[in-house]
Amino acid sequence: MPGDERQQKILQEAQEFAAAELKPHAAEIDRKGALPKKLIKKMAARKYLSATFPNNYGGLELDPVHYGLFTECIGKACGASRALLTVQTSLVGESILRFGNESQKKKWLLPLAKGKKVGAFALTEPTVGSDAKNVQCQYRKVGDNYIINGRKKWISFGAIADFFVVICSYDGTVSAFIVERSPKEVHTRPIRGLLGGRASHIAEVEFQNAVIPAENLLGPEGSGFSYVVGTALDHGRFSIAWSGVAIAQAALEAMVSYARRREQFGQKIHKFQLIQGILGDAVTKTHAARALCLKAGELRKSQHSEAVHETTIAKYFTSKIANEVASDAVQVHGGEGCADKYPVERLFREAKILEIIEGTSQIQQLIIAKYGLRKYFSVKA
Amino acid sequence: MEQNNRIRAFIEANMAAIDEEITLNDSDNIFENGFVDSMFAMQLVAFIENEFAIQLSNEDLDLRNFNSVENVVKFLDNKKNS
Ligand SMILES: Cc1cc2nc3c(=O)[nH]c(=O)nc-3n(C[C@H](O)[C@H](O)[C@H](O)COP(=O)(O)OP(=O)(O)OC[C@H]3O[C@@H](n4cnc5c(N)ncnc54)[C@H](O)[C@@H]3O)c2cc1C
Repeated sequence: MPGDERQQKILQEAQEFAAAELKPHAAEIDRKGALPKKLIKKMAARKYLSATFPNNYGGLELDPVHYGLFTECIGKACGASRALLTVQTSLVGESILRFGNESQKKKWLLPLAKGKKVGAFALTEPTVGSDAKNVQCQYRKVGDNYIINGRKKWISFGAIADFFVVICSYDGTVSAFIVERSPKEVHTRPIRGLLGGRASHIAEVEFQNAVIPAENLLGPEGSGFSYVVGTALDHGRFSIAWSGVAIAQAALEAMVSYARRREQFGQKIHKFQLIQGILGDAVTKTHAARALCLKAGELRKSQHSEAVHETTIAKYFTSKIANEVASDAVQVHGGEGCADKYPVERLFREAKILEIIEGTSQIQQLIIAKYGLRKYFSVKA
Repeated sequence: MEQNNRIRAFIEANMAAIDEEITLNDSDNIFENGFVDSMFAMQLVAFIENEFAIQLSNEDLDLRNFNSVENVVKFLDNKKNS
């Protein structure tokens, strides 16, 4: 089957899977605060956790454009399932694919793809977020091993992860390690009371004299920030950009349905021009967001050197409009928008997270501004 | 020389430092001088792989190979001769 046709078929099946297995359970998953292991296994069985990996590592070989559309499809149905894809495929998977040696890829990617092991990406710390280069988690070499000490915070799937890609420092040299969960040396505490990401098993993770075999160093020593974090965040931003499209699209569909059914003053509320204004903006913003994501996807597919910038722009824009459209969707629902009978309340909460993870909106603005200051500077003007 | 120009053009197009006075010399350490941010290393690697149709291994990723125009050219020459 030709490549695009094969990928289209995967998307079609993903849509059916999302409609049958994810969407009907999304509210309950969020309420219970846990993405069930059974569902993780179901997604793994369909190779969804390794959607971009090559076939020999258990993947579906989706190209960036199709992976983006796939992320939208899953994200529209269930935010927690989408978060699982972001972490397994884009953060952990792509880092190991790019920087892992053959034996690391076999050891960690294959079980991840099969859903036998869950991975997590541990960068953020209680005192270090945006200034990620300044991680305080320490490593040192002792004989043939490395010893890691320190704390990580807000780690998605940290509470259930079997292994972690951990970014830590030795006197300012930042390196990445693959750390397996061990009862004595790796302690995880779930974080509750979250605005969004409630079912993503977010945890605080503490490493106490964790002994890591030298072969678990990921990439060369000192490449933790420049390469591993750089690669993970670039892929993570692409995934979050599409997650924004997913939320905006879901919110748009919800507001259209509600506006066509709800009556006030003796007529359907979509007849009011002020509601039409909201709907018009929501359609426009969602289409614009998807167009940016598709452009980023095409550039990534052709390995264009501007792909990183377009991905950052797409992440910044789509996370912003996801918030706007989700907020407007709540508005269109009135009081019903504030309760969990309708999905918009959840979408509204989930959207906010997108402006914070994989680099906050302010950090994206700084990067985009620097890019613009150079690209659009004309000596003649 | 042509190789040098392609690398220079890519670095210049991505310089985080935008002061007009700054000129990029072939031997300038682009990371230490703050000409680019540290995330640029990954972009440069992707550019080199794409532009010169080579695959870099983990051993190649030493930042010293990529910290100046001169060093990137040297690295590429070594890579071709190896
Ligand atoms: C639901 C959720 C899931 C997450 N999952 C993960 C995960 O799996 N792995 C992981 O490692 N981390 C994860 N994180 C952490 C997330 O990446 C960080 O929260 C994020 O990078 C911001 O860091 P911070 O919270 O320390 O905020 P800070 O960096 O303290 O920022 C606080 C505020 O200051 C602003 N600010 C900071 N620096 C600047 C600047 N230079 N200029 C202008 N404004 C600035 C920020 O934009 C923000 O508004 C997750 C977070 C959440 C909420």
